[in-house]
Amino acid sequence: MIKADRVVTSTCPYCGVGCTLQLHVKDDFIFKVTTPFESPVNHGNLCVKGRFGYDYIYHPKRVTTPLIRKTRQEAGKRTQAFDLSEWREVSWDEALDYVADNLVRIYKRDGSDAMAVYCCAKATNEDNYVLQKMYRALFRTNNVDHCTRLCHAGSVVALQQAVGSSAMSNTASQVVMNDVFIVTGSNTSENHPIIALQMKEAVQKHGAKMIVIDPRRIDLVDMAEMWLPLKPGTNVPVFSAMAHVIVKEDLVNWDFVKNRTENFDEFLESLEKFTPEYAEEISGVPAEDIRRAARMYATAKNAAIYWGMGISQLSHGTASAMALIHLAFLTGHVGRDGTGLNPLRGQNNVQGASDMGSMPFHYPGYMRVDNPDNRAKWENAWNIEEGGLSLKLGLTTTEILSNAHEGGIRALYIMGENPMMSEPNLNLTRHHMEQLEFIVAQDIFINESAAFADVFLPATPFAEKDGTFSNTDRRVQRVRAAHPPRGMSRPDWQIICDIALRIESRLGLSTAHWAYSNPEEILREMGSVNPDYAGITYDRIDKEGLIYPVPHMEHPGTPTLFKESFPRGKGKFHALDYVPVREQVDDEYPFILTTGRLLEHWHGGTMTRNSALNEIYPEARVEIHPADAEIHGIRNGDPVKVQSRRGEVVVRATVTEKTTVGVVFLPWHFHEAAANLLTNDVLDPQAKIPEFKACAVQVFPARESDLPNPEVVLDRGRY
Amino acid sequence: MTITFLMDGKEVTAQDGQTLLDVARENGIDIPTICFHEATTANALCRICVVEVEGMRTLQPSCIVQAGVNMKVQTRSEKVVRARKTILEMLASTMDLSDAPDILTMMDDYGASRERFPGAERRESDVKDDNPMYIRDYSKCLLCWRCVQVCADDAQYTYAINFEGRGFETQIGTFFEKSIPETTCVMCGQCVGVCPTGALKPKREYMLEQGKTPAEISVMNTGRKQRKAKK
Repeated sequence: MIKADRVVTSTCPYCGVGCTLQLHVKDDFIFKVTTPFESPVNHGNLCVKGRFGYDYIYHPKRVTTPLIRKTRQEAGKRTQAFDLSEWREVSWDEALDYVADNLVRIYKRDGSDAMAVYCCAKATNEDNYVLQKMYRALFRTNNVDHCTRLCHAGSVVALQQAVGSSAMSNTASQVVMNDVFIVTGSNTSENHPIIALQMKEAVQKHGAKMIVIDPRRIDLVDMAEMWLPLKPGTNVPVFSAMAHVIVKEDLVNWDFVKNRTENFDEFLESLEKFTPEYAEEISGVPAEDIRRAARMYATAKNAAIYWGMGISQLSHGTASAMALIHLAFLTGHVGRDGTGLNPLRGQNNVQGASDMGSMPFHYPGYMRVDNPDNRAKWENAWNIEEGGLSLKLGLTTTEILSNAHEGGIRALYIMGENPMMSEPNLNLTRHHMEQLEFIVAQDIFINESAAFADVFLPATPFAEKDGTFSNTDRRVQRVRAAHPPRGMSRPDWQIICDIALRIESRLGLSTAHWAYSNPEEILREMGSVNPDYAGITYDRIDKEGLIYPVPHMEHPGTPTLFKESFPRGKGKFHALDYVPVREQVDDEYPFILTTGRLLEHWHGGTMTRNSALNEIYPEARVEIHPADAEIHGIRNGDPVKVQSRRGEVVVRATVTEKTTVGVVFLPWHFHEAAANLLTNDVLDPQAKIPEFKACAVQVFPARESDLPNPEVVLDRGRY
Repeated sequence: MTITFLMDGKEVTAQDGQTLLDVARENGIDIPTICFHEATTANALCRICVVEVEGMRTLQPSCIVQAGVNMKVQTRSEKVVRARKTILEMLASTMDLSDAPDILTMMDDYGASRERFPGAERRESDVKDDNPMYIRDYSKCLLCWRCVQVCADDAQYTYAINFEGRGFETQIGTFFEKSIPETTCVMCGQCVGVCPTGALKPKREYMLEQGKTPAEISVMNTGRKQRKAKK
């Protein structure tokens, strides 16, 4: 038996569920992870990533020394350098001076609009807060964004417009209080595994009825009362037809509509055309099933909606989320325990990174940057002259790269993100990355994006730093270092503060305060201006996290939002129209490609592809329905080429009824067969989220030798 | 409804449906448990938690027996202690308890002897090391059923493992003896999290025990393994 030197309680670095982890450490090496059964989030359960997927921390390819590229990179001719021989190991002083010198040089020459930063939904609240502060306070720009733009921007914008808040309205553990719940655009079992367990428990032990609305026959369908297999990108007609049924059959909660909402009449007018038959024609879902699902949801005592990126990652992602919100408004299934509007957030700290203002339109606490009153608050907090901060809205994640050209963005600071995997249409992304004049990568591995950088700053993973994560249901929880940083690596917040001080002295600015002695001082500074976090101290969340809003030191937290009113006052209905997916199938590209994630992997793969997790799921597979496979002569395991107008990949096929006829599915974690080479970079006009969930592709048989790694064959029995 | 009854001569109260074990714990009375776990459905498999209830012919497993009006319960009578001691001695004679410190402490408490059944056949099998996440060493398994339960309706609803074999040959296994990656297993490790005897263990912990250094373990999963193509 191995006796642990210590057991450190922390929070899982993978998905937004925010499971409690106990890290068992021996000789500064985590050899085991357990979780307390009394944890209010995960009740003793974990998934494969949380329980076993931390070994990337010790991977020999992890970079723990600051690096500068040996060959000077030029805008337009920038190359990727994965091999350490192309980099020079340097001291921290040299690396930090190099970063400060170059950023200041470009800023002095081209001004604020040339500067941009990607914050990171994997990093802590404290890391994100200081990074957005550095760009806003020193470079006076709001070109600050992170991957929330690529996952739930559509949901965030719709919720902001309709209710004035953008987080889950209820906690995930309230699933067991639902009588009926809708899961849509979310493969919860693979992407939020512990919430899926609670959903299954709700069905099996509490008699709840689950309605799955998804193009894929996901694992949850086994326990669902109904499965509505809609074509990708037809959410608005299906949800609006459900609303149509609720109105026409008078299942409306009129008290709620009258007292808590506005703009109903305009909405009603737009609803007229969305008959179930109209929706059936577009979506393929039988009209009668739409009626039954609508009745089930509307007549339940407590009903809730849980949704994922199948709703938001569309060129009409905002409308798609809005159509769901309407269902809750019509029935009043929001503002009580066991109900709600619940976008399941992807990353461990995507909620927190957004709360920290890592977004181009908002300061921390969702305070609009174009509002002078908000500006004054942060100028005061950051010791900045009146009118010093920018009122101009910044560029979003995708816009930052598409503006990478002479006269646009020249310098990009990337903390922990991997746009060379996560952006749509990667061939175009590559072109944009090449155009940049200066790139800073702060990460733990030289991933596909860091390989483009001029300088690499070795940061620490979650197990080597202190801070907080805010999970999908707004619970702010502690992250604690299990052992000291490996090699010369340092926690992100320390790296950022050291750079900020260097920039400040080069620019001759009076200090905006960077001399934090610990991350809690950072959180307190933020909480002194952002009322949601005003009552959160490390002491108060030592044992158990607090669910914000926590407006003062005695406040117990707010598990259920909107009980009395919405932040914007009344909930606002919006007239909707059906806008089809931009790229329709045709003879040349007859399949709809939809992309998504796998249980065993995480996003761009920086962590999980450098873990034993890669051993249990080593290759990308394209899922194709047996009927389609037969027509094209494709057998299970055969190599196929998947091609869109923008790119192609060669992968093995999995012939399965998990996907539907005419739809193929590809996970996007695998750099050697990157799904985002194929995806369409068209954006939702409001949320600026790309249409990852639907584009047109062709599938051809290919040869074994065309595969990137023919010797690797997935051999798993799980669904 | 509240019930009153006697436990070890002391009057205690219970809610209707509450088990004797639960009532004992509320009243600070120590009843040992092995197969019982708060997060799983109690099955009274190991019988270590038995108590004597006046008027009942046999000892009663307190983890499932509900409190009743005017019950008279002895949690540590001579008969109870003898039964627990024998259970521990039988376990020690047939399985490897080296990773179960709680049970070893229990043996000391009850004066249980490892030599009570010297000729007993031991339940031994090779360590099953068929995936990169966890190992299964059924020589250390006492068949508490927790792993099967959390894989099924007590947590994961995955149903990858179950009992196989009968009587003395009973073991936890997969259907058709498939390797773990080939089953429905999602490798959540809920089973590892509830194993009381170290029969299920994270691979990395196992490798440390085998004398591998952290540096050696860290390079183990970094090379691509060659795999057979499967049609």
